[in-house]
Amino acid sequence: MDNMTRIPVREQEPSVRARNFDEVCLGYNLEEATAEAARCLNCKNPKCVTGCPVNIDIPGFISKVKEGDIKEAYNVISKYSALPAVCGRVCPQESQCEAQCVRGIKGDAVSIGKLERFVADSAKEAGIKPQGADKKNGKKVAVIGSGPAGLTCAGDLAKAGCDVTIFEALHEAGGVLVYGIPEFRLPKERVVKAEIENVKSLGVKIETNCIVGKSVTIDELMEKEGFDAVFIGSGAGLPKFMGIPGESANGVFSANEYLTRSNLMKAFSDDYDTPIYYGKKVAVVGGGNVAMDAARTALRLGAEVHIVYRRSEEELPARVEEVHHAKQEGIIFNLLTNPVEILEDEKGYVCGIKCIKCELGEPDASGRRSPVEVPGSEFVMDVDTVIMSLGTSPNPLISSTTEGLEVSRRGCLVADEAGATTKKGVFAGGDAVTGAATVILAMGAGKTAAKAILEYLGV
Amino acid sequence: MYKIINKRQLSESIFYMEVEAKRVADSCLPGQFVIVKTGKEGERIPLTICDYDRERGTVTIVFQAVGVSTIKMSRLEEGDGFTDFVGPLGRPSELCADINNAKGKKILFIAGGVGTAPVYPQVKFLKEAGIDADVIIGARNKELIILEDEMKKVAANVYVATDDGSYGFKGNVNDRLKDLKANGAEYDLVVAIGPIIMMKFVCLLTKELNIPTIVSMNPIMVDGTGMCGACRLLVGGKVQFACVDGPEFDGHLVDFDQAMKRAAIYKTEEGRAKLALLEGDTHHGGCGNCN
Repeated sequence: MDNMTRIPVREQEPSVRARNFDEVCLGYNLEEATAEAARCLNCKNPKCVTGCPVNIDIPGFISKVKEGDIKEAYNVISKYSALPAVCGRVCPQESQCEAQCVRGIKGDAVSIGKLERFVADSAKEAGIKPQGADKKNGKKVAVIGSGPAGLTCAGDLAKAGCDVTIFEALHEAGGVLVYGIPEFRLPKERVVKAEIENVKSLGVKIETNCIVGKSVTIDELMEKEGFDAVFIGSGAGLPKFMGIPGESANGVFSANEYLTRSNLMKAFSDDYDTPIYYGKKVAVVGGGNVAMDAARTALRLGAEVHIVYRRSEEELPARVEEVHHAKQEGIIFNLLTNPVEILEDEKGYVCGIKCIKCELGEPDASGRRSPVEVPGSEFVMDVDTVIMSLGTSPNPLISSTTEGLEVSRRGCLVADEAGATTKKGVFAGGDAVTGAATVILAMGAGKTAAKAILEYLGV
Repeated sequence: MYKIINKRQLSESIFYMEVEAKRVADSCLPGQFVIVKTGKEGERIPLTICDYDRERGTVTIVFQAVGVSTIKMSRLEEGDGFTDFVGPLGRPSELCADINNAKGKKILFIAGGVGTAPVYPQVKFLKEAGIDADVIIGARNKELIILEDEMKKVAANVYVATDDGSYGFKGNVNDRLKDLKANGAEYDLVVAIGPIIMMKFVCLLTKELNIPTIVSMNPIMVDGTGMCGACRLLVGGKVQFACVDGPEFDGHLVDFDQAMKRAAIYKTEEGRAKLALLEGDTHHGGCGNCN
């Protein structure tokens, strides 16, 4: 193979994987990884690092892979990231590190994400753990939410010697990594749980079933339970609906509900008690990564699945790889189409979705060309399930119960660049501040906030 | 694990459990609910709080064993525990969150079946604040009347009604309310908690009688924190999430018919799962519909 082309990664056959929940991508083996690592030019001025929200020393870890020294490669990565097995799978590398790779000018960029995944998976198999703090600094920090922002922040603080407790509202740690992203993209036991165990091995405690704002307030944590600082990484969990007629019919779900049932509650497995609605023909409304996840979940549960999106393919916010995988598996894309009404039968169940065709008009505030409805083009799609995947916004549970914590008009927590909120000793980052974004941006924010917290604590 | 320190069977299928859950006990108020889960494979089940003891750090729940998850829960004994027990969720009852909402009012609680459990802490809370309320407890028959003695200790008057007349007044809760009115009782506020169908008919009557009415909704939920939207209801034409906007709402504004339709969505699947559980090893899926 010429070195302009990346080593292809093995995947499950589309026709096979469309019927199971096992991971789609199988990852590199040592031989493939070493060959791909050899394509890295080890640039003096590595652009890839600037493209990474947590600035991993990418050429540093890749050169260790080249030498076959997985332990050292893992140590390099874990200086920067607490969740490499997760990031190697779900980061949008094509628009971050790999977009900056000089190899990409004439050929394929180095497959940085797949190499990161290889290192993390191999390290886990070899029982290699991240290194904890030598001594404690006596400071207690509470981290709210055990998603990517919280885990990263907690990991960094523990490495610096803080006594860290994460408070998680659900019964399992991981946040969006467990309730949102499906098993076939991010295996829960093998990958997510293992990375959380790594964070715990640094000394981080996790208290599940504790809803800050309900079970306990931030003020109580600081005044009664002795926490010196708090980091809020509570994410953006509130679903949006379109506000069209018929949205309360049986068979209309938020993507959050559908995915939580399947991912967190494992409703797809007979061994678990939580039910899920088995649609025969499903419309997923929206074009982001979550829409692709919901669509591919419904497909695996046996449905014919349509993505209904009001703009064209070019504007789809989902990662290219996700769209590609969805198409390979047989998801049907109904683009330039917008729902106007959900039709229900006399018992209150969905029996169709009325849509209108759209054309692209002038660019809107987001810079994307906005959809314009074509008058008289309404038509009915015959579906029995509709999944709304229109984005999410932060939950007001914490902001509404904490005096002095400001929120923006969109319900996001107000925080400065370092993550400091308007309340002393309270920091925030991730989707709770930015609104729904990516795992790695949340991790970046958790990292930045950890630095600011250490500065605030004077350690 | 959240340990069960006291278990009582209140009727053939209704169970009472006092559970150690310090954070919930510390911060809950009447009207709020918890979510419990049994085992790794368990379902998250929302239950309105029946009582709490801040000193002992315990919360009491009462539930009817009707589906797979509640039957599994009913098999737990003292000393066993729930894998997960989280709360308090939802908003507290307005009467208890601010006692001024209750002062000077003649309040009638209408409790239906297992709905008697969430009524109890409200009546108790009001009693402790010096406000006496009346309670109608209704059920199909005598066997399903629960917590009557406990209620008598905290309510001004307790009126029992059974559909079949096997105990107390013969008739449903609405018949009892009409009877009380006919005998000169006046109420400024009704709080009705029970099956949706009961709350619907109570609200139709109290609207006629012009008595403001609060109901507590218990729709299907997953997380209970506003994340999934499964519990959405139409209240006054607006979509509301029972878990964060409720569970209590102005009963005269709730679209009960829609709530009933939404509550039925998993009925078939739940029925199959229940059969599989009850029939155990002898369950062979003879219907051909399940594996």
